[in-house]
Amino acid sequence: MSLIEISGVDFLYQNENSNRPALQNINLQIEAGDFAVIIGSNGSGKSTLAKLLNVLLTPSTGEIFVDGLNTNNPDNTWKIRQKVGMVFQNPDNQLVASMVEDDVAFGPENLGIPSQEIRQRVDKSLEMVGMSGFQKFAPHKLSGGQKQRVAIAGVIAMEPDCIVLDEPTAMLDPQGRKEVMETVEYLNKEKGITVVHITHFMEEAVDADKVIVMNQGEILHKGTPKTIFRLVKQLKEINLDIPVAVEVAEYLRQENINIPDILSIDELVEALC
Amino acid sequence: MLKDITIGQYIARDSIIHALDARIKIMITTILIIALFTIDTFMGFGLFTAFVLGVILLSKISIKKVLKGLKPILILVLFTLFIHIFLTNGGEVLWSWKFISIESEGVYIGFFMVSRIFILILFTSLLTLTTSPLQLTDGIEYILSPLKRFGVPASELSMMMTIALRFIPTLLEEADKIMKAQQARGADFESGNLIQRAKSLIPLLVPLFISAFRRADDLALAMESRCYRGGEGRTRLHELEYKYYDFVALGMIIILAAAVSFY
Repeated sequence: MSLIEISGVDFLYQNENSNRPALQNINLQIEAGDFAVIIGSNGSGKSTLAKLLNVLLTPSTGEIFVDGLNTNNPDNTWKIRQKVGMVFQNPDNQLVASMVEDDVAFGPENLGIPSQEIRQRVDKSLEMVGMSGFQKFAPHKLSGGQKQRVAIAGVIAMEPDCIVLDEPTAMLDPQGRKEVMETVEYLNKEKGITVVHITHFMEEAVDADKVIVMNQGEILHKGTPKTIFRLVKQLKEINLDIPVAVEVAEYLRQENINIPDILSIDELVEALC
Repeated sequence: MLKDITIGQYIARDSIIHALDARIKIMITTILIIALFTIDTFMGFGLFTAFVLGVILLSKISIKKVLKGLKPILILVLFTLFIHIFLTNGGEVLWSWKFISIESEGVYIGFFMVSRIFILILFTSLLTLTTSPLQLTDGIEYILSPLKRFGVPASELSMMMTIALRFIPTLLEEADKIMKAQQARGADFESGNLIQRAKSLIPLLVPLFISAFRRADDLALAMESRCYRGGEGRTRLHELEYKYYDFVALGMIIILAAAVSFY
């Protein structure tokens, strides 16, 4: 069985006037150790999907299993939240305490871990995100990228199987974005943590094992980055920003120039020169 | 301008005052507040201030920084002073004009109250300057926890305070930003009489409140996703532990306070 199994999920927000469901007939499996990237423009339902994985919402119809636990069963809620950690978009609005180490300790404290073990977990998690030595800092003194890495450390300290990142780079400058992406990739490749990364930057999907394209509450495409990046026309139709190199390659192909599948500028340069 | 407020702004230093247990510091502060209200001579205030200055020296925080935190209460202090000077009667009349008169008793009580407020704020701000917000709220939680039996949500209260303290700098920064944005569009926060000025704050307060509510929403989600479910079953990274010097300090303060009140 996969780590996360989503089958036939619909989701309708109760309080809104529109009758269009936020999610429609979602079927998806995420395997342990995967680096899955979900891309979609605003209103595509990608954030709603993220909240379903963490039981912040439960599906209107259909079922989601996390490590065999059904999210519809209220008894499983806290177990699932420990297994699936979540990092949000705004770095300022998810840090609870006025000191980095206290914030990282917040999750383990909620789980009732003894204080010596919390200490170890806090130091280990901060080291994993490259923030050792910042233990005593106040969050508002950190840069956006650093805050976001502290938020990731706070999730890792709960020792989850999977981290869901809901547009963690959307409010960061390019430097912060790079820091966060490197951290996430390190955690996935070196520490074997499953990552579900939600974004509207297609470049961040380049290194994924699996890319899921969402539009208007439905999964439009699923596949490896190479197969997805081939669909330049379809992706443009749903208002996604295509990386320049991918777009150039597609135009060249239309001019009958033979170009292999490429994902980045370097690969394009390699193919052309 | 908004950055000057130091209340709730912890300054980390390596000092004996910082090392004291938060519960002890809260108790000491409470005892001294009571003692302060039993003092009824300027001489007593002088000695008390000398004591507070001594504590500030021990805490290794520069006096300038502590005094900076007092600026915002200046208005309150002046207000108290004038109310007493003009409205308290008694003693000989120093000056009078129609129905307004300044009498010696009023001047005396005015300055008396002002000294009291000043020392009070000076001393209590020292508590928040030398105790990290988390220790402080932990301390309050410990002190309140006997009341849990009567339904006082001690741990929830301390969580609320932690969050409030965490967001003070964030919201101040945001207020500063909104202020600048509104000024860039021609808003005037500095001229006009009191009522006009209060009115001109509306374009600052409305966006600030809206964003604070949005932040609260986001934060609630983030806390829930990190398994927060109230104070029950929570453990702590820093367990509070009494050390020998905590009791030494508490003992000294109790003796001091007793001496002051019986004197």
